[in-house]
Parts: sequence; structure tokens; C-alpha cells
Amino acid sequence: MTATATDPEAAPRRVEPGAPPPVEAEAHLSRWIPASAVVVAWIVVWSFTEGTDTLPLPGVARTELHDGFTELQNWLLAGRDTNPVMQVTNAIAEFFRSWVDWLQRMVVKPNLPRPVPEIGWLGVVALATYVGLAIASWRIAILVCASFLSFGVLGFWQDSLDLLIVTGIAVTMVVVIGMPLAVLIGTHAGANRVVTVFLDLMQTMPTFVYLLPIVLFFGIGTSAAVVATLIYALPPLIRIAGFGIREVPETTIEATDSAGQTYWQRLLKVQVPMARKTIIVGLNQTTLAALSMATLAAFVDGPGLGQPVLDALRINDVGAAVVPGALIVVMAVMLDRTTTAASERAEKVARGGGGDPRVRRVLLLVGAAATLVAVYLSRTYVTLAEFPTYGIGDRIGSAVGDGVDWFTDTFGELTGAFKDAITNALLNPMQSLLAESPWYVSFAAISALAFVFGGARALVSTLVCLAGIYYLDLWHDAMITLTMTMVATVLVMALALVFGVWMARDRRVDLGIRPILDAGQTIPPFVYLIPVLALFGPSRFTAIVAAIVYAAPAAIKLVADGVKGVSPTTIEAGRSTGQTTWQEIVKVQLPMARGSLVLATNQGLLYVLSMTVIGGLVGAGALGFDVVYGFSRSEAWGKGLAAGLAIVLLGIMLDRITRAAADVRRDDGPGTRRAFHIRLPIGPPH
Amino acid sequence: MRIVTSRGARLGALATVATLALSACGGGSIEAETEANESQAAEAGGECGELNMAVNPWVGYEASAYVVGTVAQDQLGCTVNYKDLKEDVSWQGFGTGEVDVVIEDWGHPDLEKKFFEGEGDGTAMDMGPQGNVGIIGWYVPPWLAEEHPDILEWENLNKYAADFATSESGGQGQFLGADPSYVQFDEAIVSNLDLDFKVVFSGSEAASIEAFRKAEENKEFLIGYFYEPQYFMAEVPLAKVALPPYEEGCQADPQDVACDYPETELKKIVGTDWAASDSTAVGLVENFEWTNEDQNVVAGYIAGDGMSPEEAATTWIEDNQDKVDAWLG
Repeated sequence: MTATATDPEAAPRRVEPGAPPPVEAEAHLSRWIPASAVVVAWIVVWSFTEGTDTLPLPGVARTELHDGFTELQNWLLAGRDTNPVMQVTNAIAEFFRSWVDWLQRMVVKPNLPRPVPEIGWLGVVALATYVGLAIASWRIAILVCASFLSFGVLGFWQDSLDLLIVTGIAVTMVVVIGMPLAVLIGTHAGANRVVTVFLDLMQTMPTFVYLLPIVLFFGIGTSAAVVATLIYALPPLIRIAGFGIREVPETTIEATDSAGQTYWQRLLKVQVPMARKTIIVGLNQTTLAALSMATLAAFVDGPGLGQPVLDALRINDVGAAVVPGALIVVMAVMLDRTTTAASERAEKVARGGGGDPRVRRVLLLVGAAATLVAVYLSRTYVTLAEFPTYGIGDRIGSAVGDGVDWFTDTFGELTGAFKDAITNALLNPMQSLLAESPWYVSFAAISALAFVFGGARALVSTLVCLAGIYYLDLWHDAMITLTMTMVATVLVMALALVFGVWMARDRRVDLGIRPILDAGQTIPPFVYLIPVLALFGPSRFTAIVAAIVYAAPAAIKLVADGVKGVSPTTIEAGRSTGQTTWQEIVKVQLPMARGSLVLATNQGLLYVLSMTVIGGLVGAGALGFDVVYGFSRSEAWGKGLAAGLAIVLLGIMLDRITRAAADVRRDDGPGTRRAFHIRLPIGPPH
Repeated sequence: MRIVTSRGARLGALATVATLALSACGGGSIEAETEANESQAAEAGGECGELNMAVNPWVGYEASAYVVGTVAQDQLGCTVNYKDLKEDVSWQGFGTGEVDVVIEDWGHPDLEKKFFEGEGDGTAMDMGPQGNVGIIGWYVPPWLAEEHPDILEWENLNKYAADFATSESGGQGQFLGADPSYVQFDEAIVSNLDLDFKVVFSGSEAASIEAFRKAEENKEFLIGYFYEPQYFMAEVPLAKVALPPYEEGCQADPQDVACDYPETELKKIVGTDWAASDSTAVGLVENFEWTNEDQNVVAGYIAGDGMSPEEAATTWIEDNQDKVDAWLG
């Protein structure tokens, strides 16, 4: 026996050649024994008490607490003409609006009396390409150029630029607000704890809940879109940049401190430059989060590609939604690759690399001249100012629409049977146990399970969160949502294991699947809601499928990276004893990647949970429906808020339990890769 | 590096040549149009100004909004801003001037309490009916009505409860509730009429329509909340189930409802300040009135034939200039 078998807390990096492969650890087994005992006891109690004290609340019913919340919103609304805070926020909103409007007149809409914007499409494409060339490389310049042309050729030139403008302004504001906060949490442990709570809240609170107050404070349209995007995109930058600053080695700081530097010198000359790479990653994540708000912003008339997606949903036309949805993916890929390449280049230049500066200067000058010519031409000729219309976007749309129709017609029967099987075998029994037990029984059982898996720390978080849910008067709905979240996560993890291992073992599979995973994470869920609805009808399972589409990519990537990280020597050692591929996967790779598996479960749970509200739109009921109900009817806003808070509490509970479970057997330090996953993820907006 | 440079330079040169070539053969000059616009500027938008039209998220509404908007734009010279908003957000916009008109309101007592003169802040007002009559009720797909005609009486529903059961309804029959935006008392009606059904909320109009479409195609049992005017009725003419008839006051207490939904006269709601302005569009909105059939035609253009809302509105206006003239009267 090696250390692996007996001590999972310190899984070894190396195994002597010829040593037996590690086997399932007893410590790992032992945790499941008390857990099973709790579940058995729960089932026994449930069988006697089923259906009593379950605290159900009908779909459109509200309690006094909920109406109390609503009163708060009404009170704000009634005082909107005299509220001094709103005077300030209205001024801010006006500032955003005029900023967006100015940019729109530059590149998107006619700047009257000119019949076209100041800079036509050719000039915009040239400028964007030039920026790509200047900050990154000619490869990136080509990528940017192709992306911009695709916006126009596929017929969404204006919407795409609108989305870029809103995203750009929101991200600029995120940097202005976020960087000081990142420095704060990077240098003060106490501030970190406080700010983290708010960041958790901002990332798990469904957008629908705060969209109405945002409109109240910032008005309708572009200003609301910018603010909603800002709130949603702020946490990743603060978290990741703060982490980067915190991780600057103590020794470096001490060494430079000994030279007698001031606080500002330390910050600006040592901490921020050393954390720059991490900060860029944070900026990158923030940009992607901002893009994913596009469809939600369209609910309050925010301009951008979200509007055609919502319009298509209104007429149940997946073909019309798929092109703008795909363009959001194109934009995400473009921004992602550009920011990454730009930071890599900056790194190289800082180290004295990056090619001959003279050659580059000539290249940039030529490019600048060409760009100026293009801008001038686009200001002079109508055809170079207004993007010509092509039918290709429509044709792609209707082809996809036909394909989806064929698919749903052909496989509708089959998928229906699959839905019923999962619902009856997994969903209904679990929901019955969680939601039909008396609330105090479920409360006790969940707490006990939290203790078994996460120890005392997880128990405390769980008790607080469950008590909160109880007081929000939404216990029954919360239990149904929790059930759906767990069933979806089980399916997500099944997919993650299969595809993750496959990708880790075969590089070509990895290369082939990754772009699909990226697209699954970036395409707005509203695009695939219609085909999923056509296949499964409005039901809880439909919501689960939508959640899987969104959550599985993240989990698959984590599992793949984890399995890939298993040291080759260990695998070699196993192979030398003649084990089969199956044994290698089950006995070596998966147990050794256990840390990543727990992490993937954590992310899977939270990504799935963040789809709760989308689920409410397709018949899942429970908390998701409550949030949509609150957003749709102002008299129920309080119930929506309560449901939003309940989702936040569920998220924090699941996060703390799985993180505590992962910490106990953490087998490596928080490397930079892992750092981006240690907190709540970037969920989709909802 | 050298290779890269020359390639980059060559690309740049190529692009320049290409654009020059393009521009040589490509269209008119912007300068000329700008001058034309400047000379026109004095007249444009003069008496009408801007019209901020809320577009609530269903196709019928879109039809009404774009027909009125297109008339205002083409025949009165207004600058029309369409704003995609849900009902509650739209009403909030009256006070700030961000929204002028909600063209199809299905009745929102709660919002009226907040924004009408008297109880609320007086930023919104009722501008009378717009001609459409909303019929809310319980509907089944046509094949079901044909095969089991007795299903159209609520008394017989329990007989079929088992057929309506799904994986969602826990052994009872499933009743498909609607998008949460809509006024609905189905949970109360089911329990007060002692029906062996469970209300499962579809969550959105898209989900409800997809469910009815599928039920008709595959001849499945389905009963749910639906309404007209609705373009989908042209594709699948759902049949209405008779509930105990509506009487004045039978919906007073949401818990005790045991009757059908009343027919709703759809109204125009406008911003008070805008209504008092001298915009020529005020008269248009005041006079606007059309029928369910009219709306279904335009909605069908949009949802069925894939026209853009502008195209759909223009097409209908061309065919119905006489009706439009009456609004402009």
C-alpha cells in the first residue's frame, strides 16, 4: 500500500515505478456510510409523515412577508420625484444614456442631419481590425475583421455594435469601480470577508429580481441595461484580481519593503504589475459575463443582440433566434481571444520580446494610414456607410429552424419516454422525500448530511441558510428547486465523467469538443428553450435539460483538466502491472482527480441553480416561477424578491457544503488555475 | 517577422485598393443626402414630435403597436420609438416620459391603483377601448373537442382527469397554467369546483403555445389557460371549455373564484402629460380602434409568415387605408 490508499488528504504526486495502483480509500468510503444512514432514517420517517407540515404555497398566492417587501418597492415608487438618491441615480443614468447615444451616433445610427453614422461600416471594421493589430497580432486582427464582417453579413450589424457599446461601457465602469475594491480585498483579509458576501449575493441573485428596482432608479433602456450588466459583471473582476494581488509572494513584498517603499509604491510598482496576468483573466471573465447579460437587458429595452433573440422567442421561432445567438458567441470568442492575446503580447514586450520594434512601427503606420483612408471613404459614400443586406442570415436561420423541426418531429416520442423515465425514477421519488417530508424532518436531514460531508463549518452555513428559507415562507418551493438542482447535477456529473475522461485521454477529442463546450456556455439559453420545449413540453425535466446544456460544459472541462493533471508516472506505474484501460480510469485516474471531481460538482450545482429562473419560464414551477411571477406583476414583486433570496441561500448552502467537502481532502495548493473556481461561478443571467 | 510585415503591408495595400475600387463604383454621396435632410429638417416631426410606444411581449400587442406606430410615422411624420417592455415596467415609464402609450391593456387594477389620478400619482390615464375584446378561458386542442365533445362542459372534466395526467401532475389531471404576467384564478377555480386537477404553470406564452401545438399534432390530452385575440388560434383553433358563467363580483375574492373569466375590453393607457401635449399623434391614438380579426391578420403576418412587424403593419395599412383614415379623421 502506498500513501495514496491510506491518506487521501495528501495524495502523492509520484508513485514509485512498480508500486501497485492506488485503490479506493477507506476514508472516502467511511463518509458515505453515515450519509446512507441519514438517508435511510429520513426515508423511514418520511414513510410515516409524508404530506404533513410541508408548508406549500400555491403558485399565485402570497404571504404578508411578501406583501411587505412589495410595499417597500411601492414606497420607493411613490417617492420617486422627491427621493434624493434617485436624483443622483437619474443623473448617472442620464450620463450613461448620453454616452451610449453619442457612441451610437458615431457608429450605429444616423447622426442627423447625416443620413448615416459619422463612421460607416467600412471605417468601423478598419478601426477594429487596427486595434486588434495594435494591441495583439495580425492573427487577432484577422479574427476581429472576420467577426465584424460576420455581424454585418448575417444581418445584425446595428444590434451587434449596440451590444458592443453597452458591454464596453459596462466593462469600463466595472474597471473603475472594481479595481479599487480588488486592491482592497487583496490587501485586507477582513475586507475580503465582507465584500465576498456581497459578491456572492450579486452573482446568485436572479437578475429578474433587481431589474424592476434598476428601472426605478435608472430608467428604461440603455441606462438600465448598462447598470444591470455592470452589477452582474462586477464580481469576477473583483474576485480574480483581488486573488491575484493577494497571491503576490510575501518574500517579494518583504524584499521591496526593505527598500523603504510607500504603500502606493508597493501597490503600483510591485503588487499590481505582478498580478497583471491574473487581473487580465479577471477582465476577460468580466467581459464574458457582461455579454451574457445581453438577453436579460433586452427585457427592459436594452439595445443589442438580445432583442432579436427575445423577438424570436415571442413567435416561437428558433430559426430567428439562432443567428443573433450565434453572433453573441462570435463576439465572446473575439473578445476572449483578443484580450488574452493582448495580455500575452504585453507580457512579451515587457520582457523585451515581441519582435523588432522598428518593423512593427512601420506596420502600425501603414495600418493607420489604411484605416484613415477607410474611415474617410466610409464617411463619403453611402454604400460604405450602410452595411449592405444579405439574405444569408435568414437562410441559415430557416435551415436551422427546419432542422430543429425535423428533429423534434422525429424524436419527440422517444424523448417523451426518456423524460417520463427520469421523472418517475429519479425526480418524483426525490422530490417526494425532500418536499413532502415535514419541513423540520427535511431541515434536520439536510443539516445532518451537510455535517457528514462538510463538517462543522458546513453545518453552520446550512443551518443559517435553511432557517432563512423557512422564514421567507417558501420552504416547499425551495425543496422542489433543490431536488431539480440535484437531479440535474447528477446528470451533469455523469456527462462530465464520460466526456471529461474521454477528452483527457484523447487530445483530438479534446480539440473537437472544446469549441462546442464554449458555445454551450455562451449562447443565450433563450435560443435553445424553444427546441427543448418542443421535445419535452413544459415540465420540470425541460428545465433540467436546459440547465444541463448550460452547466455540463463547465463540469466537463474541470473533469478533463483534473484527469489530465494526474501524473503520468502514476499511470505508467499502473500500466506496468498490466491493468486494463477500465481499471486505469476507475482505479487510478478518477480517484487521483478526486479534488477536481468535487470542484466540478460544486460548479455543476451552482451553474444548474443559476438556471432556476429560466426553468421557471418552461414549466418547472417552484422558485423559478416565483421569480418570474414577481418580475411580471408588480403586486407580487415581494414574492419574487423572497424567491430570489431563497435561491441565493440555496446557492450559498450548496457552495459551502461542497467547498468544505473539497477542502478536507484538498491535494494541492490553490494554483492559479484553480483560483478562478474557488468561489461562486459566473452563472448565466436569469 | 520580416515575412509577417510584408504580408501585413500587402494585406493593407490590398484592402485599400479594394475599398477604392468599391467606392468608385458604389452609390451616392452622403454629403448630398445631408444637405437634403438639412433643408427638410424644419418640417420633419414638427407637429407630432416623438412617440414612445411600449411593446409588451406578445404578438397581438406588437401588431397593434406597429400599426399605430407606422401610421404615426408615415402619415403624421412622428419619430416613433418602440420600447420592448413588460407591462409593469411600461407603466413605470409614464411618469418619466420614457413611455407615452400602452396600446393594449388587459386590465391591471394594481397598476391603476398606483398610477391613475385619484388613488395613485396620476401619471397614467385610460384613453378608452381599442376595439379588441380579450376572451380568457380554459381551452382544449380541436381534436379533443371533436372526439369528446362533452369535454367542453366543466362538469365532465373529472371523468377525463386520468387522461390528462402527466409526469408533472402527481396522479391528478394536469391543467396548464399560463405565463405569470396574466390574470389567472385557475388554482382557485380547480379547487372550488372540486376538480381532480393540478395546475402546472407553463411559465411563458412560448411554452403554452408549444404545448398546445404538440398536443394537437400528437393527439394528446391537454387543457389549459388560453386567450384570444391570439395569432396561434389561426394555426390551431383551440376550443373553449364552458365554466360556470361569469357574474358581476364572482371574482371579487381571488380565493373563492368558481366562475369563468369575463370578456375583457382591451384599453389604451397613455401618459397624462403626453395626452395633454399638442402632439398630433394624441388624436390618432384616441381614435384608434380595430377588431380581433384585424389584429389576428397582422399578428399572423408576423408570427406565421415571418414578416418583420414594420412590414406586417405596412401591408395591412395598404389594404385598409379606409380604416386608417377614420383614425386620422
